[in-house]
Amino acid sequence: MIYEQSRSGRHATAQSSIEMAELSEIPSAQLRQRPAALPEVSEMQAVRHYTRLSQKNFSIDTHFYPLGSCTMKYNPRACNSLAMLPGFLARHPLAPDTHSQGFMACLHELQEILKHVTGMAAVSLSPAAGAQGEFAGVAMIRAYHDARGDSGRTEILVPDAAHGTNPASAVMCGYKTREIPTGPDGDIDVEALKQALGPQTAGIMLTNPSTVGVFERRINEIAGLVHDAGGLLYYDGANLNAILGKVRPGDMGFDVIHMNLHKTFSTPHGGGGPGAGPVGVSQRLEPYLPVPMVDYDGSDYLWLTEHERPDTIGRLSAFAGNAGVLLRAYVYARLLGREGMQRVAEYSTLNANYLLKRLMEAGFDAAYPERRASHEFILTLKRQAKELGVNTMDFAKRMLDYGVHAPTTYFPLLVPECLLIEPTETEAKEDLDRFVEIMQNIQREAETQPEMVKQAPHSMPVRRLDDVRAARELDLAYRAERD
Amino acid sequence: MPFIPHTEDDIRDMLGAIGVDSIDDLFDEIPAELRCGELEVIPSGLPEMEVARLMQTRAREDGQPLCFIGAGAYDHHIPAAVWQLTTRGEFYTAYTPYQAEASQGTLQLLYEFQSMMTALTAMDVSNASLYDGASALAEAVLMAVRANRKSKSKRILVPRTLHPLYRRVVHSIVRNQGIEQVEVAYDPATGQLDRQALEAFAGEDFAALVIPQPNFFGVLEAVDDLTDWAQANGMLAIAVVNPLAMAILKPAGEWGSRGADICCGEGQPLGAPLSSGGPYFGFLCCREILVRQMPGRIIGKTVDLDGKPGYTLTLQAREQHIRRSKATSNICTNQGLMVTAATIHMAIMGGDGLQRMAAASHANTIKLTEALCSLAGVESVFDGPVFHERVLKLPIPARDALKMLAAHNVLGGLDLSDDYPELENAVLVCATELRSDEEIEQYRNKLERVIASQVQTPCQLKPDW
Amino acid sequence: MSNTPSELRYTKSHEWLRDEGDGTVTIGITEHAQELLGDLVFVDLPEVGASVEAGNDCAVVESVKAASDVYSPVSGEVVEVNEALDGAPETINEDAFGNGWMFKLKLSDAGELEGLLDAAAYEALVAEEEH
Repeated sequence: MIYEQSRSGRHATAQSSIEMAELSEIPSAQLRQRPAALPEVSEMQAVRHYTRLSQKNFSIDTHFYPLGSCTMKYNPRACNSLAMLPGFLARHPLAPDTHSQGFMACLHELQEILKHVTGMAAVSLSPAAGAQGEFAGVAMIRAYHDARGDSGRTEILVPDAAHGTNPASAVMCGYKTREIPTGPDGDIDVEALKQALGPQTAGIMLTNPSTVGVFERRINEIAGLVHDAGGLLYYDGANLNAILGKVRPGDMGFDVIHMNLHKTFSTPHGGGGPGAGPVGVSQRLEPYLPVPMVDYDGSDYLWLTEHERPDTIGRLSAFAGNAGVLLRAYVYARLLGREGMQRVAEYSTLNANYLLKRLMEAGFDAAYPERRASHEFILTLKRQAKELGVNTMDFAKRMLDYGVHAPTTYFPLLVPECLLIEPTETEAKEDLDRFVEIMQNIQREAETQPEMVKQAPHSMPVRRLDDVRAARELDLAYRAERD
Repeated sequence: MPFIPHTEDDIRDMLGAIGVDSIDDLFDEIPAELRCGELEVIPSGLPEMEVARLMQTRAREDGQPLCFIGAGAYDHHIPAAVWQLTTRGEFYTAYTPYQAEASQGTLQLLYEFQSMMTALTAMDVSNASLYDGASALAEAVLMAVRANRKSKSKRILVPRTLHPLYRRVVHSIVRNQGIEQVEVAYDPATGQLDRQALEAFAGEDFAALVIPQPNFFGVLEAVDDLTDWAQANGMLAIAVVNPLAMAILKPAGEWGSRGADICCGEGQPLGAPLSSGGPYFGFLCCREILVRQMPGRIIGKTVDLDGKPGYTLTLQAREQHIRRSKATSNICTNQGLMVTAATIHMAIMGGDGLQRMAAASHANTIKLTEALCSLAGVESVFDGPVFHERVLKLPIPARDALKMLAAHNVLGGLDLSDDYPELENAVLVCATELRSDEEIEQYRNKLERVIASQVQTPCQLKPDW
Repeated sequence: MSNTPSELRYTKSHEWLRDEGDGTVTIGITEHAQELLGDLVFVDLPEVGASVEAGNDCAVVESVKAASDVYSPVSGEVVEVNEALDGAPETINEDAFGNGWMFKLKLSDAGELEGLLDAAAYEALVAEEEH
């Protein structure tokens, strides 16, 4: 804890060499009585402390990280260094267009690239993360129906396997949600969909390939059904990596999509963000795109704001979203180009199918063994849980001891004891083979010494944590008197 | 192939293991008519060397003008260690700490962040970040409507002294849930929220009053009085603060007799570069009693099987991945990396360093506005006390003046004519601790010439008779 | 499932109800429900005086990894809530049918009691779910 190294009167002096200026204008009643209780440490103490903390993390740079649905692929270093060039870092968000043309050119070209690779009519880059992109998308669906006076549409359909953000975003836009079940083959239950559709349907939110790791084969039929009912189709781009440059959501009939640039376009996950969640739309939703956007008139780049786009759903962050993340994605897109984007889909799919096949051969149960994997797939450890008393959580925790970050566990909710595994295209065959070996080892351990597996991990900085205590006896901040 | 490690042999072996002939066969479940061809419009890939050249050119193209704009994004010194540590791969390329045992670095850092934010704001608890200041306020508004059990209202009182872009963002995010912002006028003399205009709402049912400190004009609001007034009228008090200002100003948790209920704001001044407006981070703190209504990740300290202290995501049942349609918010990914930078920044600066930085910014802004007000026709618009921004009135249209200054590579402030047309020729200026005396002098001299050129122009245009 | 008290009534959504015989009923969640949820960390109770409809969600029980709505089996007015749960949600884990009761309602329609499951029917339902 950095606070434990704090000593009263110690300063990082190189940083606070400025004399304490007079607060001439501020009435004393407005002033702080005691300085904020921040740590008082030297710069080196801080550097050591945070370097050591960093070493307690698993990360893509240090470990295989097959976290399903999160696309933990290599984040090219060039994307970071080129987005952090001094000219980009110093640009004030309200700088005039005359001092912004270089930055705006990158944004405009990124808009165009994303538009073409998804097959949509227009793109806005402003949403700050996937969930904000979802919010923007559903808000546009609502704006569209409202503009037509079609106000009886109060419901958004969401598959039961959807990410939790889908229903949460729909509710933030004032909609009720209705769940559509998934069939035994992993595709949506189209009969149930037909039953659910009606004049109250505003739209449906789909992920394709879906969260169970398979391509929704009846997508054309689904799109027709929803459109015939007067609803719109929302594409959750969480799994865009699987089909980038191979199949375009626009061609599948989607009206609006969001992309997770921190997944598909390899911007860093940063310990939980920042992401970027640009949205693309078909022609009929184009007026409602969130602002700001960048336009190009043939000689200059211009901002499009509420003034130029009066029907917009508005602004979702004070400025232009996570601009620095957009620059990283732009660099990535230029490094890859159109061929590279297609390779993303090809090799992430190759890796997933290879790993699935090898794991099945090793005796693990796939949730959808008859299906082709997309860029990810699901194993179910129901058998191990029942026969050996070793469940998915135990496998996941034991995996950490082998130096691999655990796949996503217990999502989607409809597959019991599941592991959602996404190797991504940037892992080499040897790493996939090693993963299979590790799974086999853990299986053997589960058979011969189940208690050891159930107590895992054994080599991490901490053992399993008491989550119940964390929630019952809340300790959310350091207080000198308590610790 | 950039970033793809597969050799020809690998590919052949892997396809063989799967039992297909080509990679294309792996897409055989996708209806053929949906497959797209070559995406000719998208450019081909470039080697890193060429992309680097392109980006360097573009970064240079935007110049690095002398910046006196604030308005929600501030040009502060960031210690070199901050981003060197933040971009370490172990922070930069990790994700949300779902596997706590393999994420103690991020988790402990976030706990330290929560500790520092509660110290800075004097609030009970903090979350682990939201997207930015404006969207954090929108979440605070949603939270207040959920949490205020005394009020049945979906209306919020919002002063016109709140950042106009924040008011727009709040509108975009909350309007679909039927929540309405009711604006309160400002006092044209002080630039503070108009107390009499506010009094007109006394006794009405509102879920919350938003109190910016400092406000958009840079002016300090009478926060004690406003907080007490809001709470006496059954409203929650939502503070929107500049976190750097909290280093020298009375913190939100000490406002009035009970303290603000919720405190949010833009974290950018704590270690995030200007970077065209993002990524920054929003922060959100509140009283402990409201913690279950708070959106976003929260980290708690606990113990492991051996009783050793450790950190974990807690109160997750509020969040979308568990609570789905009934979650407090749809937020999932937040601004973790920016919070990493902010935590390291606060640790290195300390309370004392932040105070010096804040005080120097205050003093520089006073210096700047005194220098500019020495010019004929330039005057301060409001007489309320300021933190590090001030509204000045120019003798010529602000738009023209700023344009000419920009042509001389000086960004002279923000033109307020769109959002506050009643303030004629007004600009909002800011000088952080980074602006030197020479730079302030430069601005003054350039503005002097610009004003002179404009004031003379009408004479030159007079018909020559 | 020997510990399904026969004097109580049950719902398909795993609430139990005890008819106090004076026009009021006591409501909680079943032993089976608390087992499914695991260690509870928080309970959100309705406000005294609130009127609830049968089938409405009026309380929430939270564990570390799940949150579950509690639906009122019948309609009525909340006359008392178990405030002891506030600092001790684990009481429900320890004694779901006893000290872990959640709230009491003044019945608005005693006829609604007829539609609830008896212990045998509830046990059958649980057995089927587990299958």
